[in-house]
This record gives sequence, structure tokens and C-alpha cells, in this order.
Amino acid sequence: MSAARSERGGTGKSLTWRTRLRRDKSLLLMTVPAVVLLLVFNYAPLFGLVTAFQYYDPLDGVRNSEWAGLAQFQQLFNDPLFWGALKNTLWLSLVQLVLFFPVPIALALLLNTVLSERLRNFIQSVVYLPHFFSWVLAITIFQQMLGGAGVLNHFLRQHDMQPWDITTNPHTFALLITSQAVWKEAGWGIIVFLAALAAINTDLYEAAAADGAGRWRRMWHITLPGLRGVIVLMLVLRLGNALSVGFEQFLIQREAVGHETADVLDTFSFYYGIANGNYSFGAAAGLFKSVISLLLIWGANKLAHVFGEDGLYRK
Amino acid sequence: MTNAHPTLRTGAVPARSVRTGRRSRARAGRAPWEEPPTVVGQAAKGITLTGVLAVVIVPLWIITLTSFSTPGAVNRAGGLVIWPDGLSTEAYRQMLGDGTVRTALMVSLGITLVGTLVSMVVSVLCAYGLSRSRSLGHRTILSLLIVTMFVSGGLIPSFLVVTGLGGYGQWWSLILPSAVSVFNILVLRSFYSTTSSDLIDAARIDGAGDWRILWSVVLPTSRAVTAVIALFYAVGYWNSFFNVMLYLPTDAQKWPLQYVLLTYVNRGNGLPGSVNSGFGSTHAQTAPLSLQMAVVVLTLVPLLLVYPFMQKHFRAGVLTGAIKG
Repeated sequence: MSAARSERGGTGKSLTWRTRLRRDKSLLLMTVPAVVLLLVFNYAPLFGLVTAFQYYDPLDGVRNSEWAGLAQFQQLFNDPLFWGALKNTLWLSLVQLVLFFPVPIALALLLNTVLSERLRNFIQSVVYLPHFFSWVLAITIFQQMLGGAGVLNHFLRQHDMQPWDITTNPHTFALLITSQAVWKEAGWGIIVFLAALAAINTDLYEAAAADGAGRWRRMWHITLPGLRGVIVLMLVLRLGNALSVGFEQFLIQREAVGHETADVLDTFSFYYGIANGNYSFGAAAGLFKSVISLLLIWGANKLAHVFGEDGLYRK
Repeated sequence: MTNAHPTLRTGAVPARSVRTGRRSRARAGRAPWEEPPTVVGQAAKGITLTGVLAVVIVPLWIITLTSFSTPGAVNRAGGLVIWPDGLSTEAYRQMLGDGTVRTALMVSLGITLVGTLVSMVVSVLCAYGLSRSRSLGHRTILSLLIVTMFVSGGLIPSFLVVTGLGGYGQWWSLILPSAVSVFNILVLRSFYSTTSSDLIDAARIDGAGDWRILWSVVLPTSRAVTAVIALFYAVGYWNSFFNVMLYLPTDAQKWPLQYVLLTYVNRGNGLPGSVNSGFGSTHAQTAPLSLQMAVVVLTLVPLLLVYPFMQKHFRAGVLTGAIKG
């Protein structure tokens, strides 16, 4: 802190506002482009949310469109498609929480036991790679491997077995989505856990071993408590984002499994708002999602505090 | 996170720094107090890790091999080629001879280069502008940024803003709406604010202003993180396709590679406007498999070219912003 003080010449309070402005005007100028872009593309849409309370007509614009009150929401809550999308979203979120969330933790624990630094680095480079693939690419790869004409089914048919096409089966769609997410993102997800593992004091392990604690007891009493903070943080983020289960995955695969299975809240606004020009209806769906998401983030954070962890921010 | 180094057993500690992203736990081998590994345990570990590696590597191998295979080899395999059988670069010649794919490649490269440049200029400036503690208004601007990470107008209002500004059918609608990533700015900012104050003080005494300090002191001392953030931005632009679907859905001449991949390979549709190639639009027939796989490989190549240079710095880019905020 003292270094920073010397750099900017004294505490802020001792200088007048004008002096500080003269001193910091280049710094302020530097933030202008980013601030302008955020104002236009992030803040202006916030005001655009009023369209959710209108019968928005592109020809009239936001200012002249007729007010609808809560009619759009009424229509939304009476729409079985909307409830279907909400149900799909929650179900996928649950499946991902159970089947995705533990994978990076397990992988990080496993990788941490690999002694050779070179091997560890190699494995890390390989598992990080799919994170940089686009969803189009990842899904194309899945299709080519597991699809009806893919490697797996070709093999099954050659050996006179029943073909099994997971890419078009609505009943296993949640599984497909989750395995794609695991394939693409679980490797990348280990970074935070590896960092937390590296921060655990190794003296603890040695002391525990001296006291007769075996490998598994050390993991239970030292490693997992060491990961607790970051696991809770990740869980808070996951719960706060429970209504965001991905977007492009559903967009790309909707045709293959049908809209009853593939519609989620995020794609709902697109298909029933933009694609058919019913903007206000879509905006209402979007607003509903945003409000619930904010509540979820807030609630998940409270939960983290109850468990004595920081969560997203300190209490 | 950065300043919470625990004392590690070996004593040679501070080498492990988030700044270089290097993970030097300096473990020479198994510690004397650790039990010798069991055979079963080692075998299970080996099998699991091999499986994990295979799940990533094998599909890439099969796809690349198929793209380099002759039509005969694809026929004999009855689909994707797993073992090399007959190799040829015919698919690539055909692909690059196709106007649509060539245009798409140019579009993708153009959007990625211009977009990354715009994003980096905006982000680096903003990050430095907010990195000097006690500067006027930086807390307010910072909150302005962070709010956008939690609250958003959602898809429709953003769409209405972009189209209202005349972005429909325009290139800039693929770049400007997503040009600023607050997360990336926070990562850069947290690095810039740890740049040695002594260096900056010295530069200031020598009469350097903030622009000069950013250019000649801060940027040269944080090359790694700047490169990683540029990579994150570039990957985002290279991979994006939804904004194409929103803003340029009908103009095939403006489609980037990902959208072509989606249309031809994923959905198996013919391409409008490419008559004299295997993509055969007139009958909307599906392109030969090796050609399809060549398009897949083409979307991968730029990534694989830069990946080896970047991957050792990833940790830096991922950990700092989130945790130090």
C-alpha cells in the first residue's frame, strides 16, 4: 500500500478533486472505449428489458410500442412449451451437477499423484485442448464417433450387434449433453483444483504419515479439507448458474432430438422470441431467467456463508 | 492467491509463481515417508489416465487420418478410417479449390484478427486505466464493469440494440457486441497492478506519462498474460457461430468457417454458391467424408499452431482474475 501511495502522490483526501482529475486524466481516458462498449452493448439492453412489458413492434420501436403490463408474463406462464423448457433446464442442471461436477476434482486428485513432472504437463496439455474447440467442432466429433454412421456403430454393426445411436435419442439426451460437456470442459476445469492442491502444505502429509495415517486417510483429512474452499466456490458458481446449462449445444442438436427434449430457457427466447418475431414474449422469458438467476446466485452465496466459506464475496 | 505461497517441503519455493504459470513443485520423486505404490493402484491409475488421453487423442487421430485418406480407403473402411490405408491430399486440394470454404476461411481469419486486435486494445487500456490504486474514479468504473458479469439484459434486448444500431448484416455485429470481456480485463488488471511500483516510480521521475508507462514498462513486463488473454479472445472469435446465426444468417458469402462446418458437415446440407466442387450445392448432396473431415481439420489447425506456445501460461490467465478480482 505504501508503495502505491508514493506512486500516486499522497492519499486521495489530501488532494483536491481537480488536481486528481488533472493527474489521472490519461487513466480515465484509457477506460473510455471499454466503458462505451459496455454501456452500449450491456447497459442499453438492460433498459431494453422494458420490451418485456410491451407489445413490441420493430416498426414503432421501444418508445412507441403499446404497453402490455404483465400480459406477456401471463402468456408465458400459460405456455406449456415454457414449462417444458424450464423442466428440461432444471433436469439437465441436476444431471450435470451430479455427473460433471465431480469429474475435474477426481481428475485433479489423480493427476496430482503422478510424480513425473513431464508426464503431468503432457496430460494437462492434452486434457485442456478440447476447451478451445468450438461447440460445432466438439459436436461434430461426437457425431462422427458415436452417431448413426460413426465409428462406434460401424464397429457394432460389423460385429453383428445392435447399433446404438446416442446422438438422436431423446431419452438419453441429458447424458449426451453431459458427456459432451465433460469431454470439452472437465479437463480445463482441473486448473483451479490443481492450484488449490499445490497450495496445500506438504508438511501436513509428512506429519500425518508419521502419525500412521495411510494414503486414503491423508486424502480424507488433509487433501479434501484443503480443497474445500475452492469446491464450495465452484459449487456456488454452479448453483448460481443452474438455469444456464449451455446454449450452443442445444442450438446445434435440436433438430436431431426434437424440441420437446432440447428446448432450454436460453434457447427458448431465441426460438419463440427472435425466430418468430415475438420479441416481447422472448424478452419476458429472458427477464424471468435473469431474475431467478440473480436470486440463485444470492442464495448460493448465503449458503456458502452458512458453511463458513467466502463464496463469491466475503460477508 | 499469488501472495499466499505456502512453504513447501523442498525449500526451493518461490519458483512456483502464478505469474509464469509454471508449476514447479520440485518433487524429485516419492517422499521417504510415502508408502510404496501397490501394483493394483498403479495399474488402475495407468489405465484411467490412458483412457482419459485416448478419449481426446483418438477422435482427433481418426478425423485427421480420414481427411488424408483416398476415397478407396474410406470405402474399404466403410466410413471413418482408423488405420492408414491409402493416403492423399486430394480432399484438401478440393476443399481449398472451393470458393465457399476459401471465403469462409478468409472471413474467419479476418474476424479473428480484427476482433482480437480491437478487444486487446480496449482491454489493455482499460485494465491499465483501472490498475493504479487511488486514481480518480477507478472504483466506480470497476463496479460498472463487474455489474455486467451478474446482470444482463438477455438475448432479445441485445439483439434489438444491435439491430437498432444497424448491425444486421454488418461485420461489426460479429465483433463489437462481444469485444469486451470483463473477466479478461480483471485478469489483466490484477497483473498490471502488481507491476513493481519502483519501476513505475522511476519511469515517472524520468518524466514518463501513463501512456508511456503502459507501453514501455507495464506491457513488456507482462507479455505472458497479455499473450494468454489475446489467445482467449482469438479463440472466442474463431469459434463463434451464434452471432452469425443472429445477424448474418442468409448471406453465405459472409459465413465464417464454423458456420460452414455446421451447415455442411454437421447438418450435411449442400452449400449455396459452390457448384463446381464436392460440396455440390445444386443437388444438396453430402460432401465426401474425407472432404468433410478436411473442413473439421481446417478449423483446428490455427488452434494447434499456437497452442504449444501458450499452454504453459494458462494457469496465469485462469486463476488470477477470478480469485484476486
